Amino acid sequence: MLDKNGIAKRIAQELRDGWYVNLGIGIPTLIANYIPDGISVEFQSENGILGMGPFPYAGEEDADLINAGKQTITALPGASIFDSSLSFAMIRGKHIQLTVLGAMEVSDNGDIANWKIPGKMVKGMGGAMDLVASADNIIVAMMHTNKAGESKLLSQCTLPLTGVACVKKVVTNLAVMDITTDGFRLLERAPGVSVQQIKDATEGRLIVEGDIPEMRLD
Amino acid sequence: MLQESDIIMGIVKVVSNAKEALKDVKDNMTIMFGGFGLCGIPENCIAELVESGVSGLTCISNNAGVDDFGLGLLLQNKQIKKMVSSYVGENDEFERQMLSGELEVDLIPQGSLAARCYAGGAGIPAFFTPAGYGTEVAEGKEVRDFDGKPHILETALTADFAIVKAWKGDKYGNLIYKGTARNFNPVMAMAGKITIAEVEELVEPGELDPNQIHTPGIFVQRIFQGEKYEKRIEQRTVRPRV
Repeated sequence: MLDKNGIAKRIAQELRDGWYVNLGIGIPTLIANYIPDGISVEFQSENGILGMGPFPYAGEEDADLINAGKQTITALPGASIFDSSLSFAMIRGKHIQLTVLGAMEVSDNGDIANWKIPGKMVKGMGGAMDLVASADNIIVAMMHTNKAGESKLLSQCTLPLTGVACVKKVVTNLAVMDITTDGFRLLERAPGVSVQQIKDATEGRLIVEGDIPEMRLD
Repeated sequence: MLQESDIIMGIVKVVSNAKEALKDVKDNMTIMFGGFGLCGIPENCIAELVESGVSGLTCISNNAGVDDFGLGLLLQNKQIKKMVSSYVGENDEFERQMLSGELEVDLIPQGSLAARCYAGGAGIPAFFTPAGYGTEVAEGKEVRDFDGKPHILETALTADFAIVKAWKGDKYGNLIYKGTARNFNPVMAMAGKITIAEVEELVEPGELDPNQIHTPGIFVQRIFQGEKYEKRIEQRTVRPRV
């Protein structure tokens, strides 16, 4: 079974040289720590920067330089800064090659819910609705089950949707799956996790064809 | 209502301070606030609005500040009737007022918020976007397919006042922002009937390089140098020195 860093490490293997990538808050942010050797990517943060670098050294924080999670960051050589309108032009105009975000629920047709629990929690969608509505390549990074042990991979989302039929791939602590017209297709198992465990933790349609390899993280 | 004589005040836009800039803000007006989180917010104007006690405001701002800073100060004071935002997760008082029904809230996707402000300032009454299709955001909105994909109709946003914060500005209202403090400020500057810019440094016309101007002065009606900037950091994240 993977921890959050393991999920990030596995998703980092999906990066390709020259891609512009938007990472959501939470697990996706960790992906920047695991960029494979020989690959250069630029990270976009939707508040208005391309070429986002690592956190600053203590004492060098700049209140005027943050990411979409409101964390202090640095700008790498070659970075560019722009306003919110231009930032979402990049997103809506499909200039970003990969979007990775977290979710509360994903359905087996690719719907995603991640912004609201009616009557309990309302944080807002931020840029997530724009990202999922326009990106061609969307990976969800999340735990397979919620804190109550219930599956987050469903036949139908129960929470208000962020986007419809948009998620292409899901990487959880248990598995890698892509989304097909017939449901979640199991591609890889996390280390030490059986196909049965994944079946038990998946409420939506799960396609298991042939031997499912264990994922390689190194 | 604001008359043209209230808006046009000459090519030199300088006012002495936040109090003078905000002198004709009345109860129940709609105000846009630039900023993302606490980054690039007009601190001096927010402090003056708290001081003035003006109430019933509709505030258009990507976020709602934190409990004790930014727009959170106006929320604590119950001066806000309605918030139009995309993300409000950092503010407990906001969540409490929203869930109890005291505060009206219109949550809209961040890119649509930026585009709606831009449209308001650019004379585009409405536009179609894929963001929000099939979600609560699309309820009651016209849907049309383009290239086989459904889009929803979003309308332009304008405001009685837009209040923005820039790094440097000149007396004609030309503005330059610094870092990611730019965010919503340029599009909101375009969309205010009266746009107030507070700047860290106010200079003479000619001192700023015209090639580097982010917001041309035509969009700004009033400008002043802010008295002080706390520039509070919301999430201080650092890495260890090796």
